[in-house]
This record gives sequence, C-alpha cells and structure tokens, in this order.
Amino acid sequence: MKKFDVVIIGGGPAGMAAALGAREEGATVALLERDDRLGGILNQCIHNGFGLHYFGEELTGPEYAKRFRDKVLSDQNIHVFLEAMVLSLTEQKVVRAISPTEGLIEIQAGSVVLAMGCRERSAGAIALAGTRPAGIYTAGMAQRLCNVEGYLVGKEVVILGSGDIGLIMARRMTSEGAKVKLVAEIMPFSSGLKRNIVQCLNDYDIPLRYSTTVTRVTGKERLTGVYVAPVDEKMQPVLEQEEYIPCDTLLLSVGLIPENDLLTGTSVEMSRVTSGAVVDEYRQTSAEGIFSAGNVLHVHDLVDNVSEEAYIAGRSAAKYVKGELPFSVTVSVTPASGVRYALPQKVHTGEGKVKLYFRVDKVYRGRTVVVTSAGEVIKRKKTLVMAPGEMQNIEIDKSLIKGDVCIYTEE
Amino acid sequence: MEKFDVIVIGGGVVGTAVLRSLAAYQAKVLLLEKASDVATGASRANSGIVHAGYDAETGTKKAFFNVKGAAMFPALTKELHVPYKQVGSLVAARETGLPALRVLYDRGVANGVKVEIIDRKRILALEPNVSDQIAYALYAPEAGVVSPYKLTIAQADHAVINGAEIRLEEKVTSLEKREDVFYLSTDKGTYAASYVINAAGAGAAEVNALIGEDAPVQTHAVGDYYILDSKEAGVVNTVVFPLPDEKGKGILVAPTADGNVILGPTSRKIPHEAAEDNEVTRDGLALVREGVGRLIPSVNLRNVIRVYAGTRTAVGNDFIIEESKKYKNYFMLLGICSPGLTSAPAIGEYVAGQAAAALGLVKKQQTIPLPDRFHLTKASEEEIKQKVASDPTFGRIVCRCEKVTEGEILAAIRSPLPARTVDAVKRRVRAGMGRCQGGFCRPRVMEILSREFGIPLSAVRLGDKGSEIAPYEVKDGYEKI
Repeated sequence: MKKFDVVIIGGGPAGMAAALGAREEGATVALLERDDRLGGILNQCIHNGFGLHYFGEELTGPEYAKRFRDKVLSDQNIHVFLEAMVLSLTEQKVVRAISPTEGLIEIQAGSVVLAMGCRERSAGAIALAGTRPAGIYTAGMAQRLCNVEGYLVGKEVVILGSGDIGLIMARRMTSEGAKVKLVAEIMPFSSGLKRNIVQCLNDYDIPLRYSTTVTRVTGKERLTGVYVAPVDEKMQPVLEQEEYIPCDTLLLSVGLIPENDLLTGTSVEMSRVTSGAVVDEYRQTSAEGIFSAGNVLHVHDLVDNVSEEAYIAGRSAAKYVKGELPFSVTVSVTPASGVRYALPQKVHTGEGKVKLYFRVDKVYRGRTVVVTSAGEVIKRKKTLVMAPGEMQNIEIDKSLIKGDVCIYTEE
Repeated sequence: MEKFDVIVIGGGVVGTAVLRSLAAYQAKVLLLEKASDVATGASRANSGIVHAGYDAETGTKKAFFNVKGAAMFPALTKELHVPYKQVGSLVAARETGLPALRVLYDRGVANGVKVEIIDRKRILALEPNVSDQIAYALYAPEAGVVSPYKLTIAQADHAVINGAEIRLEEKVTSLEKREDVFYLSTDKGTYAASYVINAAGAGAAEVNALIGEDAPVQTHAVGDYYILDSKEAGVVNTVVFPLPDEKGKGILVAPTADGNVILGPTSRKIPHEAAEDNEVTRDGLALVREGVGRLIPSVNLRNVIRVYAGTRTAVGNDFIIEESKKYKNYFMLLGICSPGLTSAPAIGEYVAGQAAAALGLVKKQQTIPLPDRFHLTKASEEEIKQKVASDPTFGRIVCRCEKVTEGEILAAIRSPLPARTVDAVKRRVRAGMGRCQGGFCRPRVMEILSREFGIPLSAVRLGDKGSEIAPYEVKDGYEKI
C-alpha cells in the first residue's frame, strides 16, 4: 500500500488548489484525477471571466487552470495520478483507485481532501415528459462537445434553466451560427450570474422567460420541438397556455449536484440543503481527517471562491496530519430569514477571523446582513443587491463568538 | 440472391429467442431487424419481470408458455450471463381484496405455479415498507426480474457465434411466396427462404399484410415508467403488484435485475401510428406516483434518474403462435405482450422446433457457449489486477456512475452483434445508465465509437438513422493550452 500525508480526490480547480495548500505546510501529496489531464471542467470553459478576484485579471478557463497546473506539475512532492478513478474511501482513510497504467491503486492517507466537483441534473432527474430523441443535452455536455471535441449539437435551440453553463452556451452556440430561440427559467429569478445574463443573453437579444418551463418534447430520432408553459405559484405548468416551439436542440441547465457518491456508507454528516458535507472553517467534515472543498462541498458560481476554499482545505488537511489543527469548542452556524444556507456550518471558538459564505433565497435590494452569536449581534453589513445566483460572504471576528452563530437578512 | 433455410423478421426478445434456438440446428438462418440494434421496441421498455404464471387464464397459450418459460430462466440466464434475480412477487391487496387473491391463487394452482396467500405479518417480513393498508398478498416465490434488453442481446450474440446471421437496419418491404420459396426484399437486398417467421412485434400486422395474410387487429397500450437511482434499492425487495384490473397487472414497484428500482407502468390506449412513439406523459407519471403510493409510500421520487415509456401490442386476449393456414411454412408470432418476456425462451424453442420439423433440420452435435465478459463491478481484486495488466483499457473508467471501463465498451463494440450506437453501448454495458445519465461519459463513448468505426464524431448516433448527437463541426478549432 502506498502512503501519502494528504490524498486529494479530484484534479480540477479545487483539487489543484488543495494540493498547493497542502504543500505549503510541507505535506506529501497524492492527487488523483479521473481525466487524462488536470483542470477539470475549466478545460472546456473557453470563455473569459475567470480569476478576477483571485488573480485580479480576466482569464479563460484553460488559462486559469494552467496557472495552477504548472505549479502542481513542477512540485516533486505532489504525485499526480491521471486517469485514476477512485472506487472507494474508508473512514480509516484508505483510498482505492484504478487507472490504466497502474491498475488497482491502494493508498493509506493521513488525511483526505474531497474535490470531486459536481454533476449536472439530467432530463431523467427532472422527469421530462415526451419522447426520447437525440437533441437533448445537459449544457455542460454540449459545451464539452463544442469546445473540446469541436462539434456543434444543433442549430435551433431552446434552453431550460438559466444556470451559468446554460447562459454561456446560449452565447457560444449563437457565435457558432445557431439560433437560440428561448431560455426558459421555472423560477421567478435566475440562478446564474447577472453578468452572464447581460453578456450572454441581452447582448444577443436572446429572450429569457421567467416562471416558465418545458412541459414535453417531441420527435422520434431527433428532437423536433418543445412545448413550454408558464408555471403557477405552486410551480405547476398552466397547460392551457402551452406553446410549441420547433427546435432541434434542448439544453438543460437545471442545477448542479455535488458528486458525493463516494461518501455513501460513511458516517460523514451531509447537508440536505447543499448536498455536500457539513464542515467547519477548516473544511473538515464530521469524519476526522476528511476534508471537502469546491463544488463537491457546495456549488459555487465563481472558480475564484473554489480556489480560496480548497486552499484552506488543503492547508488544514496537512496541518491535521502534523497534529497542528487547533482543538476547540465548535458552535453551529445556522441560516435564518432570507438566507438559504451558510458555510461553514460549524466554527471553532478562538482567535482570528473567519469568512462565512452564504446564499440568499431570492433577490433582495437594500438589505442588511446580520450575524449574531449567542443571540447578540456581532456583525452588520449593508448590501445593495443580493441574488441567489451570487454567493455572498461576510467576515467575522472569532473572538466575538460566544455561542451558536446565526446569519440572516433584515430590511 | 441469398438463400436461407429460415428467416426471422424482428429482433425483439421473441425473434432472437427463435433465432438462438434455430442456431442449434444445422441450418442457414437469418434475422432481419429494421432498427439499428436488437431490443429497440417492446423488448427495451418493459417491466423486466419474469412472471410466475398465475395471471394467465388456464389453458391459454399465455399460461402454457409463461410457466414453461419461467422455469427456463435460472439456467438460461446463467448460460447467457444475463442479470436475473429470483426475488419473488407479491400481489398486495387490502382487507377487501382477499376474494380476488383467492381467484389468482386458484388459477396459479391450476397452472402449476407455486403460490400462497400470506398475511400482513409475513408480508412485512418480505416488504417492511409496504403500505399499512395492505392486509394480504399472493406470494409467488419463483417470480423474478431480468434485464430484458440484455437477454435479447445475449440471445442474439449466442445465435451469431453459432452461425446465425443478423442484419440490422433492414426493413422488410416485400414478402411473397412462389411455389415453395419465400422471397423477401428489404431496402438493402433480396433474400429467399424456405421458412419465414414473423416476430415483428408492433409491426407484425404490416408484415402479414405484405404477404397477403390476414392482418390481425392489434391494440397498443403505452405505459410510463420511472427508474430510480441504485441508492434507493432496498426500498423494495420483491416485485410488488396491486390487484390486477381490466387494463392489466397494474402499477408495480420492483427492484431491477441491475440494481435500480422500477415503478410503473400505466396503460394508455394509443393508435397504431403512435405505437413506436413511446411518449411519456405528465398525467401518466402522476398515475404511477399514485399507484406507487398505494403499495410502498416511502419510495423517494427525488431519486428518479430516468422516465420512459414502452408500448405493448396485443391481439385479442391470447398470444397467436401458429403457422399460417394460407401459406405453409409462414409462422406468425402475434400479440406477444405480457407475459411475452417470460414466455420468449419457451416460444423460441417451440417455434424453432416447428421450423426444424417442417424442413427436416438436424440438431448440431453441440453448440458454442457464449463466453462471459469482464465487468469491473463484478470482478474480484485478483481478476481486476490481471485484466488491467494484460489490457490497460480495462483500467480506464469511462462511465463513472456505473464504473464501466473502456475495455468493456470496446468489447461491446466488438461483440458478435456489434454495438454501433451510443444507446447500443448503453444497453450492453450500462455506460450512461447511472445517475448522471451520460452527462460525463457520452462524449467519451462517442469518441470510442468514432475511433472504432472510423467515422467522424458527427456521424455517431444515439440510436436509429437521424439521431446523430453532434451533427455539425464548429467553425474553428481551438488550441489546447
């Protein structure tokens, strides 16, 4: 059995940043990536807009990935396993993987960082009615076919859901000569970034209809069209107002699901809201020595935040192995009025600062974010606009924490 | 013109069962299938149940072939390496349903099926999650679940390695008998045969019409299904039916042979023109949810990974399994709806026997067994090590949800009846059948198909002609960074 201080599962933006974080603390690192190159989904995101926060400049996805990849690959103490798919993980931190070059790989890890990312919700998962022709894709699959393989999936497009990948693909397919006829969003607001709605839809006159869904699809071998209808307040389609839109392509951008299947059967405490693990500010899960970061922990909108979070996880995982992770009482962080979730869900008492990340449950203007501990206000912050699609954060002083923390918004 | 002893029209579970049984004889046999693969009609989208045999009226062909077929499944599925589990079935009824269960019980006994009526205590031992309304059940311990398309494909593969031929994407467009010879033409060629078997499923009436045989009155019913993630497995252990009604056996809850959970089907009459549309409806799905709620209310529909619909074609109340009275040596298999899957192996043996008797065919001394394939998820540690060392493609996972390796996909593409489409690969090795539904692996499966067949990615299809997945090239290439 191989031995490494820190084993990182996933070589996308989270895994690479975690590896660098762990190296900063002197750990030996194994980085397991299932694809044949590092970078993850960034490799298919050829648009720009990455790195504004982290590097202070605008990069494409592959450029952003390259900055991390070059550092990872030049570090002799990071052992990168490519095309290595992890098959199982135990709470004793034994990682089993398989790769074409090494066959079965078994590693005893001192600590583990989960960085497997997320997957897209499929047509099956939303129980899409109608026939089963070619022409229905998750937005990310169409993006890979377009940007990595060089093939366009169709010419007349309807997009269901206004997640960021869907918005990006609306622009991408338009630039390849396709006609995007409609983006339908079942919610009364978008889960995508404001800048993507402006730059990918408005700039190209692509209509976006809120509170609207696709009710069924038609076509035998290839999609021939979709029916769309507005939804009522219970999110049920108003079928009397169904409208047929002929098209050969339906892209789905209806949500991302953290890929935590490896944790099935372990005692790691999971959050029903994020579908990721419950973590403290070191991004340690309820299973000691198992850390989680990036989209496998909760779905991010900006890769910059992923890198920052994974860096913390990687450093902490290395410190854990050295026995340097501080032991102290934890308090819980719970969301209330207007806040859908906050992360980390647990915070240690002590010195220093901690940044709480959170998402609101709908669009708010001019609200104040309030953080309390043991019932007393410890931080207030005025905001202009907060939307569910844009992750917020607020920094608090740990020395002010006297008991459970609550975060909410008020008028 | 190519001449065959026997030509089978239709590559469903019945047609391939017939073909496999024919391949045991010294004969030149051919199967013609209009679609791009076998198992694309009713044999793909059904409940996958091996019925015990209490349901069909005693004395009918349905009862006869059901009971005979069900008994063949344990050995057959072992021989063909097809997922099959003898999980048993329950017809679950409320307090008031006891008389109806007794009718089924009596029929089961008359049909020679092992059945018993059990009370709630014993039901709970089998199905702890059953609705608290359920008081009694008819328990048939020998019922089972099978992968219907894998059975069809394995029968086809086994027939091919024993000398039978299968031609895909050949729709029979004319069929006539002159003197003692049948002449068939398809969109690709013409054939002569001494014996023709119509196993065309929903298209059987059209085939009959081609030769001038009476076209039977077919009725088609479409049913909606849910498939749940394997993490929901365990919510149900046996095949749980409600009491049957005039529409059929009702909406069931069952484990699948591959480890998922299946819910459905509904039964909605559709016209003949729509028989191949397989359209899922919102209303149908709602009915499934209601039906499931009456049996196992704790089923978690958040774990749905796929919805689909399948059509079953009936002709009257019984199977028609008989030689044409007008045309000797033209054999018809019509209305093979439920329990058609269960009956198929027995029908195959019977019909092959009829053809052999008519033509005086002699059985081969022995047939070649179908070799088992490597599956990562079923292999031992030692087997995996050896396999990957000898062929690294078996260490490269393509479908991460179902843990399917490139080697397994290549084996499917290079199998006796090659998988030529993304769906054909999926049905053979489950790549794309997991919780992400091909979100990650589909482009990779496309690459492999493109490479293996030497075709551009734009020509790779999901299924039949016209289902190209990414038909256009982008204007410019992009440099890899």
